[in-house]
Amino acid sequence: MPASLLYGVEVLINGLMAGVLYALVALGFVLIYKASGIFNYAQGVMALFAAMTLSGIMEGDIPFSHLINAMFGTQLHSFGWNVPAIAAILLTVVVMALLAWLVQRLVFRHLVGQEPIILFMATIGLAYFLEGIGDLMWGSEIRTLDLALPQGASLAIENATAVLGGDDFYGFFIDKLDVVATMVAAILVAALIAFSQYTKYGRAMRAVADDHQAALSVGISLNFIWVLVWTLAGIVALVAGIMWGAKSGVQFSLSLIALKALPVLMLGGFTSIPGAIVGGLIIGMGEQLFEYTIGGPFLGGATENWFAYMLALVVLIFRPQGLFGERIIERV
Amino acid sequence: MMNAVADTQASSVGYTTADGRDIGEVILDLRNITLRFGGVEAIKDISFDIQEGEIRAIIGPNGAGKSSMLNVISGFYVPQEGEVWFRGKPRPPLKPYQVAQQGIARTFQNIALFEGMSVLDNVMTGRLGKMRRGILAQALWVGPARKEEVHNREAVERIIDFLEIQAIRKTPVSRLPYGLKKRVELARALAAEPNLLLLDEPMAGMNVEEKEDMSRFILDVNDEFGTTIALIEHDMGVVMDLSDRVVVMDYGRKIGDGTPDVVRNDQVVIDAYLGVSHD
Ligand SMILES: Nc1ncnc2c1ncn2[C@@H]1O[C@H](COP(=O)(O)OP(=O)(O)OP(=O)(O)O)[C@@H](O)[C@H]1O
Ligand SMILES: [Mg+2]
Repeated sequence: MPASLLYGVEVLINGLMAGVLYALVALGFVLIYKASGIFNYAQGVMALFAAMTLSGIMEGDIPFSHLINAMFGTQLHSFGWNVPAIAAILLTVVVMALLAWLVQRLVFRHLVGQEPIILFMATIGLAYFLEGIGDLMWGSEIRTLDLALPQGASLAIENATAVLGGDDFYGFFIDKLDVVATMVAAILVAALIAFSQYTKYGRAMRAVADDHQAALSVGISLNFIWVLVWTLAGIVALVAGIMWGAKSGVQFSLSLIALKALPVLMLGGFTSIPGAIVGGLIIGMGEQLFEYTIGGPFLGGATENWFAYMLALVVLIFRPQGLFGERIIERV
Repeated sequence: MMNAVADTQASSVGYTTADGRDIGEVILDLRNITLRFGGVEAIKDISFDIQEGEIRAIIGPNGAGKSSMLNVISGFYVPQEGEVWFRGKPRPPLKPYQVAQQGIARTFQNIALFEGMSVLDNVMTGRLGKMRRGILAQALWVGPARKEEVHNREAVERIIDFLEIQAIRKTPVSRLPYGLKKRVELARALAAEPNLLLLDEPMAGMNVEEKEDMSRFILDVNDEFGTTIALIEHDMGVVMDLSDRVVVMDYGRKIGDGTPDVVRNDQVVIDAYLGVSHD
C-alpha cells in the first residue's frame, strides 16, 4: 500500500478517537433531551466542573478555600492528603448526582410545562452559574489531571503496523490515551444501553422519554427520572472531562467541547443514542480526513474549526431530523 | 335540591348484586369536590362513592366534567375544594404517580400509550410498580432480580392472553388501529394489578363487535380479579349492561346517582340527555 494512503488511514483512526469524545458529550445532551425536552447548554461546563472536582478531590484541596480564607482570614488550602483515583472518581459521581438533584429541585421543578426556549435559557444560566461555582470551589487556575492513564505514542502499534507499508512508512502513530478513551467510552455506552434496556429504571426512563402522561399513569415519578438522567449526563460528562482533561489539562476550553457536540447532534438527531455515537465518529473522522485531503493542501488548513458545522448544515438541509432522529410528524 | 333522585346513600356496608356478586365496603369516597379552571367550574360540589368490587359508571353529556372527575381521582387534577377518601382515610393531595402506586390504574380518553414501544413493552411498563428489586441488582441482573423478571413476564403474558392480543405482542403500538390501542392501554393498566381501575370511555370510536369484546373484558376483569372499576361511557346500552351503579353528571353537577334502572327512569336525567334547557 502506498504510504500516503496509509497515512490517510492513520488520520482516520485519530479522527475516530476525537470523535469518541464528541460522541460522549453529545450523549450527555441526548440523555437529558430525550427524557425532558431540555436542551442542556451546560453539558460542556458539566464536563469541566466534573474534571475540576475530580482533580480537586484527588489533590486533597479544600473546596471553597478562597472564600473561607477571605471570610475568616484563615490560610486553608489543602487537607494535606491525596485521594486515590478510584475513590475520587466515585466521590465525583456522588457530587454529580447531588448537582443533578439540586438542579432539578431548585430550577427545573419550577419550570415544568414551560416553553422549550425558557428551559434552554435556564440551562444557559446554569452553565454560567456552574462555571462560577467551579472556580469558587476549586480555584480558577489550570489544573492537571493525573490518573496515570497510559499516554504517548504506542510503540507496539507503530511496530506492528510498520510492515503494512514500504520503507517510507513507519507504522501508525496512535496515542495510547486515545485508545484508552475509546475503550472506556465503549464500555460506558454499553453500560448505558444495558441499563436502559434491562433495568426497571431504564425502562422508566424510556417510558418518560416516550410520553409523560402515560409514564405518570403507570406510577413513574418524573422528578426522579429527571434527577436520574441528569446524574447519568453528569457521569458521561465526567468521563469526557477525564479524557479531555488528561490530554489538554483541566481548563476553561474544556467547556467548549460542548460546541463541537452541536453539529454532532444535528447530524445524529437530538433523540438518538446511536445517532450521537455515529454522529460523533463521523464528525471526528470527517474533519480530520477533510483537513488531510482538501483543507490542508488547498484551503490553507485549520478547516477543523468549521468543517463539522458545514457538514451538519448540509445534512440538515436534506434530513432535518438528522441521520438517525425520529421523524418529526406534526400531529393534527 | 334537584328532585327525587334515588340517591343510594353511601351505604358503607356491602350489598349483593342481582347477578350474585358481593359488593364490599366503600373503597373511594369523594366528598364535596369542586374543581375550577380559571372561571370555569368543571366540577361543582360533587359527592359520590365507589364500593369494593362494583362497576361504577359515570355518565353525562359532553363537557359535563366526567373526565375531570377521573382526573381528580387519579391525581392529575387537584380540586380546589373537597376531600378524597381512600380506604377509609382522607387522602392528602397526591401526584399521579403516587396514586398509581396506591393501586389505582387508569386509561385515557385520548389514549396515552408509549408509541415508540412494542405492545409487550407497553404492558411490561405497566408493571414497573410491581418491580421491587434495587437499581444495582437490576443492573447486574442477579438471582432474585432475574427471578422477579421471570415472574413479571409470566404475569404480563397472562394479561396478554386474557385480552387476546397475543398476535400483536411484538408490534409497535404506533402501527395499531384505534380499537386495539384501547385494548393495549387496558392491558397496561391491568398489568399493575390495580384494586381500582379507572376507564375513560374505553369503547369510544369502536364498532359493535369491538364494543362487545371490550364489554366482555371489563366484566371478566371485575369478575375474575375482583377489580373495582369506574368507567365513563356514552353508550347507554353498554352502561346499563355493565354497571352496578351510575353517577350522572351535567354541567359539572351531579344530577343522578343510583342503579341503572333508577337512573334511566329519572326525569332530570332524561331531560339532561334530551337537551331540555337548564335554568
Ligand atoms: N385542563 C383543562 N383546562 C381548562 N379547562 C378544562 C381542562 N380540562 C377540562 N376542562 C373543562 O372542564 C369542563 C369539563 O370537561 P371534561 O373533559 O371533564 O368533560 P367530559 O364530561 O369528560 O366531556 P367529554 O364527554 O366530551 O369527554 C369543560 O368545560 C372543559 O373545557
Ligand atoms: Mg371526557
